[in-house]
Amino acid sequence: MTIKQPLSHLDWLESEAIYILREVAGQCSNPVLLFSGGKDSLCILRLAEKAFRPGKFPFPLMHIDTGHNYKEVIAFRDQRAAELGERLIVRSVEDSMKRGTVVLKSADESRNKHQSVTLLEAIEEFGFDCCIGGARRDEEKARAKERIMSFRDEFGQWDPKNQRPELWNLYNARSHKGENIRAFPISNWTEMDVWQYIERENLALPSIYFAHQRDVVMRGGSIVPVNVPLVSGELTNPVKAGEEIINMQVRFRTVGDISCTAPVISDADNVSKIVLETATSTITERGATRLDDQTSDASMEQRKKEGYF
Amino acid sequence: MSNTTHNDSLLRFMTCGSVDDGKSTLIGRLLFDTKTILADTLTQISNTSKKRGMEAVDLSLLTDGLQAEREQGITIDVAYRYFSTGTRKYIIADAPGHEQYTRNMVTAASTANLAIILIDARRGVLTQTRRHSYLAHLVGIQHIVVAVNKMDLVNYDQAAYDKICADYLTFANEIGFAQARDIKFLPMSALAGDMLVDRLENMPWYTGETLLEILESAPAAHTEGNEEFRFPVQFVCRPHASADADLHDFRGFMGRIESGNIAVGDAVTVLPNGYQSKVKAIQLGEAQLQSAQTEQSVTLLLEDEIDTSRGDMIVKTGSNIAPVKQIEAFVCWLSETPLSPARTYVIRHTSRESKAKVGAIAYKVDVNTLEQQATTDLKMNDIARITFKLAQPLMVDSYNTNRATGAFIVIDESTNNTVGAGMIV
Repeated sequence: MTIKQPLSHLDWLESEAIYILREVAGQCSNPVLLFSGGKDSLCILRLAEKAFRPGKFPFPLMHIDTGHNYKEVIAFRDQRAAELGERLIVRSVEDSMKRGTVVLKSADESRNKHQSVTLLEAIEEFGFDCCIGGARRDEEKARAKERIMSFRDEFGQWDPKNQRPELWNLYNARSHKGENIRAFPISNWTEMDVWQYIERENLALPSIYFAHQRDVVMRGGSIVPVNVPLVSGELTNPVKAGEEIINMQVRFRTVGDISCTAPVISDADNVSKIVLETATSTITERGATRLDDQTSDASMEQRKKEGYF
Repeated sequence: MSNTTHNDSLLRFMTCGSVDDGKSTLIGRLLFDTKTILADTLTQISNTSKKRGMEAVDLSLLTDGLQAEREQGITIDVAYRYFSTGTRKYIIADAPGHEQYTRNMVTAASTANLAIILIDARRGVLTQTRRHSYLAHLVGIQHIVVAVNKMDLVNYDQAAYDKICADYLTFANEIGFAQARDIKFLPMSALAGDMLVDRLENMPWYTGETLLEILESAPAAHTEGNEEFRFPVQFVCRPHASADADLHDFRGFMGRIESGNIAVGDAVTVLPNGYQSKVKAIQLGEAQLQSAQTEQSVTLLLEDEIDTSRGDMIVKTGSNIAPVKQIEAFVCWLSETPLSPARTYVIRHTSRESKAKVGAIAYKVDVNTLEQQATTDLKMNDIARITFKLAQPLMVDSYNTNRATGAFIVIDESTNNTVGAGMIV
């Protein structure tokens, strides 16, 4: 009899995520992997390589672009998809605005929550029956009860009271036409696990995750980047009257729509420094950095019910 | 440099108890004392505590979940929490304890390797304690920690604690639970923090392990599972259209080793067809492995070209497992729509599915008294011993010997809902 060594927690999490990805491939007829260029989705790309190589991925990659993303992240997204030789679909909130399906209350309203509309339109356009995403249960309390295979009705809605029981590793990704499943392979990972995995697998990341100098202002207790250049060349996040621009050394802990992602002060310029910083941080990942979660106690829950991840 | 270790193991455990037993406080305390709670979360819950007129920070608020639950002040669904001690990562399945939530307890138990059963020191062993213990037993949890909580409310009295332990053991012996499981007892106060992470000074008469010490030393699931090699095929990789001509004959069988281990050169049989071959290679990403073990997701390459697809199972040649077309199991019903013996269901077992019909319902178990009752139907939260007839053969082990190949779920095809959870006898 061989003596069994326990798998390290990273090996265990990796194996679980590979298993989930293969279940999606085995059970769903037309899945898609949502890829933003952010750290969580980069981990999932690495896991997909481990799950399916030497074959091609059994799904395309898709990004729902708000048009207000950091251009470093967009460039990185395109480069990574090209390196992998996998198909990348991009659908943009701006196209939904042109169609009239997204109407902003004001020109500077955050487009983050409107991604749901564009996502649902893309699901319908391509007939996807499953979207693989990088959401984690430790991110936010509405996510602590999320299933690994989460059922969404025809309107993309998440009904927390009507989720399928999920037992053992017997995942049920069945859906009828029009409905779909959101699959979360790294549900059981924490922010720390993600960084440790990035370090172990030596994964490349967009530069804005590392400490850099940036013009910011202090707005409502948060550090807000200003005059951020977009891919189009246009500048977003203008300085408001009375605000003073400060040039600060910062990095991003999460990457999303510019209007709702704030950086933190940091001098961590490589992954091992970030791992150390994460270990000693006194603020949660979304706490200081996601302006959209601070609106109310239940804002994430509300967005999820409306079709958000 | 970095003081974090990447080689710590992982333990999944569940907590059984109701809000009244201090379950949320227990979890809050574990998260708080292991410094998992960060400043902004603490500010948030201390504001909420003040809003509700409480003097001290209410740690149970940490596990407050959904809006509906906050409004009603109860937990409806299983929530998953995470903490790490530097030597181990923990996943807690936090399940509501009330009777009508049997299905949630079964759900939480299905992935746990250890259960903490909470007893209120003032109330002792209750009906719900029996229910929680029975369910933990049924779902195959090997390690039970009986935590006698609220010791501060009985003046940390050793006699009260000893009596509860004796009562529990009497009951555990009755149901044959004490022999089969590793049971540990400890006195504690989740509110005051005694015997969770810190020992404190209130119970010098207790010299056993603290809760965290018990958790730190409990074996991880895959180190004590079944030895028989079971490899359900999830996906077959055939990149025959690849630009790389070397890959045109590549045929990789992808899956997770559910139990046992495998090495290059081992003789294997593919079920249900019974084809035999040998393992040519084992791959994990770019790495070529000589051997692999339980819970590793790998790709197996075989010496011979064998027609194998998702749902097949690779075992070692000579292993005692054969395809069956009838199974008998304890089934927990999960759906608001009762089981209908007239209907056809789908059973998902490992990576395989089969249509199934109920053959017979032997009896239903009263989860409070553990009495067997005759029944013809099954409602939500009921547990019954049922025989199913299968359209397709399944390769099964008994749940007691193998939690992965002994478990299945029942799916209602009209809604695609998961309506039942089965454990094969």
